[in-house]
Amino acid sequence: MVVVTQPRSPWPVVMAWREFRMWLTDYRRTWKGSIYSSLFNPLLYLSAMGLGLGTLVDKHGTGHLGGVSYLMFLAPGLLAAQAMQTGIGECTYPVLGSVKWNRTYQAAAASPLRPGDIFHGHQLFVAMRLLMNCGMFLAVMAVFGAARSPAVILAVPAAVLTGLAFAAPIEAWAITQNKDSGFSVVFRFVLVPLFLFSGTFFPVTQLPAWIRPVAYITPLWHGVALCRSISLGTLTAGDAFLHAGYLLAITVAGLLAGQRTYRRRLHA
Amino acid sequence: MSDAAGSVAVVPESDILVRARGLTKRFGDFTAVDGIDFELRRGEAFGFLGPNGAGKSSTMRMLGCVSPPSGGELTILGMDPVTRGPAIRARLGVVPQEDTLDVELTVRENLLIYGRYFGLPRQVIRERIERLLDFVQLSDRAADHVEPLSGGLKRRLTIARSLINEPDILLLDEPTTGLDPQARHVVWDRLFRLKQQGVTLILTTHYMDEAEQLCDRLVVMDHGKIAAEGSPRELIGTYSTPEVLELRFDPSTHEQAAEKLAAVPAERMEVLADRILLYITDGDDALVSVHDLGLDPVTSLVRRSTLEDVFLRLTGRRLED
Repeated sequence: MVVVTQPRSPWPVVMAWREFRMWLTDYRRTWKGSIYSSLFNPLLYLSAMGLGLGTLVDKHGTGHLGGVSYLMFLAPGLLAAQAMQTGIGECTYPVLGSVKWNRTYQAAAASPLRPGDIFHGHQLFVAMRLLMNCGMFLAVMAVFGAARSPAVILAVPAAVLTGLAFAAPIEAWAITQNKDSGFSVVFRFVLVPLFLFSGTFFPVTQLPAWIRPVAYITPLWHGVALCRSISLGTLTAGDAFLHAGYLLAITVAGLLAGQRTYRRRLHA
Repeated sequence: MSDAAGSVAVVPESDILVRARGLTKRFGDFTAVDGIDFELRRGEAFGFLGPNGAGKSSTMRMLGCVSPPSGGELTILGMDPVTRGPAIRARLGVVPQEDTLDVELTVRENLLIYGRYFGLPRQVIRERIERLLDFVQLSDRAADHVEPLSGGLKRRLTIARSLINEPDILLLDEPTTGLDPQARHVVWDRLFRLKQQGVTLILTTHYMDEAEQLCDRLVVMDHGKIAAEGSPRELIGTYSTPEVLELRFDPSTHEQAAEKLAAVPAERMEVLADRILLYITDGDDALVSVHDLGLDPVTSLVRRSTLEDVFLRLTGRRLED
């Protein structure tokens, strides 16, 4: 039997980087369009809700908001919420497309890449997209005067982490799907309710007491709370540890679960 | 050298690239591959011939290290595919049954991405892309998007992509299924050249002409098992007669004719829906006997046995069913 000495397989991060480059090459075709929507969404939301609705809210006193203007209250919450949207969006249709419609995942799986490398490579790409979107969101916030101290820049990594806490577990699940019908269920019953009721537009304390614990266990509530307290300069070490730790734990759980689900799908 | 060894063609151990013993693949209760044994030698073109569902693709996926075996032993390039998958895949080329090209990218970008998957330096990739595009005659389409390309051109691109790492073994799963005759011939021509260059090929097919043209050695698979093994000539010699007489009768007299034909001294007779096959040594002699019986076929054809006849004998049905 022929025996060939093989160099050790490269580090997983090197392998994941190769898949990341694939997504980057793909993205080069569509990046312009994506930039427009990344700038347009915060522009629309901050003018309609932050300025338009905010004028009304501010007239009635902002005690419930912690004494800041509605725009100041809303902007960091929206930052976290749009990170969730980006995270879920990037990890549903593109994933099903790669495994089912284009089958480019099968092409990658035939190369030295392992299923986990393919998954993590895409997560790296999603992290890059989150960083871009959150960075642009912050720029729009600054234009609206909703970013007061330079420390607000730390809200960007917080929002990226929020996005990943959705991206990793959602992608671990998305790879198991054969149809896209499950995705609309996620959009309807996860994304939209969280967007509306996780403290983005109003403090969760406005909700009936019995439902508040539900809000507290959602990752978005932690993301909103983290981004908002960074933005308003009210973050305590304990809160930072709690929120970031919670989001990080969910992200890591998703990254581990996805390694298994990717293997089951691509190495059947 | 001992006399015993002299009579058998002994393959040096170092020339065996793949060895399978009792190789099995199960999906739940279904056994797709049921304990097969084979060896692949360096430089040969080895074929898996069989109808759809025979277990060919499952075998190919195990060889491609993207499907762990459920049982038996499998060694590829001296390594265990379960533990050394990435190292083995680094030295394989794969042409899957369904295209897996990134249709939104250009021809060149598809090759570039694939070269990166193997960790090849940029300069090496660039140089190989030019050479491979030339080889599959796609140089003038390098900057085109893949989406609008015809099935034949996509296949050729897939073959070029599978060669980017200069593989030791090239795995081709039904490389010409779904192509028009002209495109098939171009693909065969390229594969034949690879074979001449000494590339080791493993292919699955359900086309006999493909197997006869390309394969030095092949196995016939049916229901997950290997029904026969050998070179196309050997298989025909073992499982069929030198010649076949094909007779076509008017549909109304088809059955009657079949009964009468039992009197012709043929080794075997196969009654198909549209024609009757007589397996004999001399077809012209047999045709004379047919006429002597007072039978008047609409058409008659004497031909050499092919792999399809072998397949019919072994599995009781035609290959392309």
